[in-house]
Amino acid sequence: MTASTAAATNLGSTTTDEDIVDTLSFFEDWEERYGYIIELGKELPPYPEALHTEEHIVRGCQSQVWLHIEMDEASGKMLLFLDSDAIIVRGLAAIVSAALNQKTPQEIVDYDMQSYFAKIDLLKHLSPTRGNGIQAMVERIKNEAKARI
Amino acid sequence: MSLDVHAIREQFPILQQTAHGKPLVYLDNAATTQKPVAVIDAVDNYYRTQNSNVHRGAHYLGDLATAALEDARLSVARFLNAEREEVIWTKGTTESLNLVAHSFGGSQLKAGDEVLVSTLEHHANIVPWQQVCERTGATLKVIPLAADGSLNLSDIDNLLTGNTKILSIAHASNALGTLNPVAELITKARKVGAYVVLDGAQAVSHFSVDVKALDCDFYAFSGHKIFGPTGIGVLYGKKDLLNAMPPYQTGGEMIETVSFEKSTWNRLPYKFEAGTPHIAGAVGLGAALEWLMAQDREAIWEHEKALLAYATEKAKAFPGLRIIGDAEHKVGVLSFLIDNTHPSDVGTLLDQQGVAVRTGHHCTMPLMAALQIPGTVRASFAPYNTHADVDALFAGLEKIIKFL
Ligand SMILES: Cc1ncc(COP(=O)(O)O)c(C=O)c1O
Repeated sequence: MTASTAAATNLGSTTTDEDIVDTLSFFEDWEERYGYIIELGKELPPYPEALHTEEHIVRGCQSQVWLHIEMDEASGKMLLFLDSDAIIVRGLAAIVSAALNQKTPQEIVDYDMQSYFAKIDLLKHLSPTRGNGIQAMVERIKNEAKARI
Repeated sequence: MSLDVHAIREQFPILQQTAHGKPLVYLDNAATTQKPVAVIDAVDNYYRTQNSNVHRGAHYLGDLATAALEDARLSVARFLNAEREEVIWTKGTTESLNLVAHSFGGSQLKAGDEVLVSTLEHHANIVPWQQVCERTGATLKVIPLAADGSLNLSDIDNLLTGNTKILSIAHASNALGTLNPVAELITKARKVGAYVVLDGAQAVSHFSVDVKALDCDFYAFSGHKIFGPTGIGVLYGKKDLLNAMPPYQTGGEMIETVSFEKSTWNRLPYKFEAGTPHIAGAVGLGAALEWLMAQDREAIWEHEKALLAYATEKAKAFPGLRIIGDAEHKVGVLSFLIDNTHPSDVGTLLDQQGVAVRTGHHCTMPLMAALQIPGTVRASFAPYNTHADVDALFAGLEKIIKFL
């Protein structure tokens, strides 16, 4: 599947969660931080155009996220395809992807997203009331992972 | 007389702080306003010296708390030019509108009747009516919008007819700032025998409102949008109508007698105040209204209009910026979009620069659908905002467009 090959070459393998924690700890001003977050969004594997559909939407109050998950049967890992209409939210989705993409369902269930976002000082973006859809997206990925264990 | 903005600013302690290391520029006043020391002190003093349950006459503190709550009610009555029995404490505009819709609407409406709202209503002035219409068989009708964000009244005589039982409409729009021609609409409603409910959430902090002069039947507003606490609001209703309406919630405080066969209701306003009220909130709201009535309200209105005019002028000169809602009559709200940017990105990056605005659909999804936009960036003004705040907003936007 072409989408899967794209995922395999991207976030989660090339840029890891540790890389992101390291890089963000260097920046001092918002321009650097958010510039980097926006760049990360561009590393997301291309989201299949045909899947910008209602069933793939994770609705936020201010922006929305699209989520599509495939299972790589050979490796037993989950491949995540994420997109958003807002570029900072795309960047945040990439940060999530760096942690969860190409991981086994068990690894995904066990991953502590709260402490990851706290470490990079972006915890407020993960709040359930933030309305950007990121929290709801993480929840959905975790639920899908749980269902596959 | 022009407003001494700095004297006002000094009374709002929260404005002295920084946000993300930048001086805080608070332009989200339509969502909630900040609180002056007079309000903070009143709430503090209530808990330190008056706290008790009310209307139970049992002891010294009970009398103090009851007096504080009822004094606050008198402040509201004076503020709106209403009678004290016509002032009902609620949680806020949302509860006030639910109370009118369910109690008044629920008892008045029948199949074939119509409720008329407008395209620019907050969800709080749509959904309760939708619910009551569903239950009673009445129909919800909608006044359309003109291109500039004002109401399109060209077809109003076909919408507001003998079938219209209730017209429920925003005094001012939270998403666009549009100031609706409520006096004209009330006159028209009277001619066809419709009752009028006004959602005053976005009006009362900006200019004085006289419910008798307006001759509306109900008026709703929230404490937190007028320099008072959250969790407290007001429903004004005409005494005759309130007396005829069934209770909304039942329980303690609102009853006269209770037996297992039958209960009878307390007199106004208590009939609509089931349970222990938000006493500290009411006290804080009373203090907020007293504070506001002691200001030069004409000067506040002029100041906010000047800020809006200044911001609008800057917005019109800003490349790629589209103002959403440019009606002739507005309160201090500037909603806009910038080409090729998402409102949520603009909001996040303004926040990083210490500028607080609101982005999204502002609880007006039908309005956003009518405008065919996903949402807006909204800056909204209060008396403590300055021209420098507007400058900070546009300096922030300049940086952002280089970025996005
Ligand atoms: C016009 C309007 N109506 C109703 C509401 C609801 O007010 P509250 O949330 O305080 O009940 C708001 C608040 O956003 C508003 O702006």
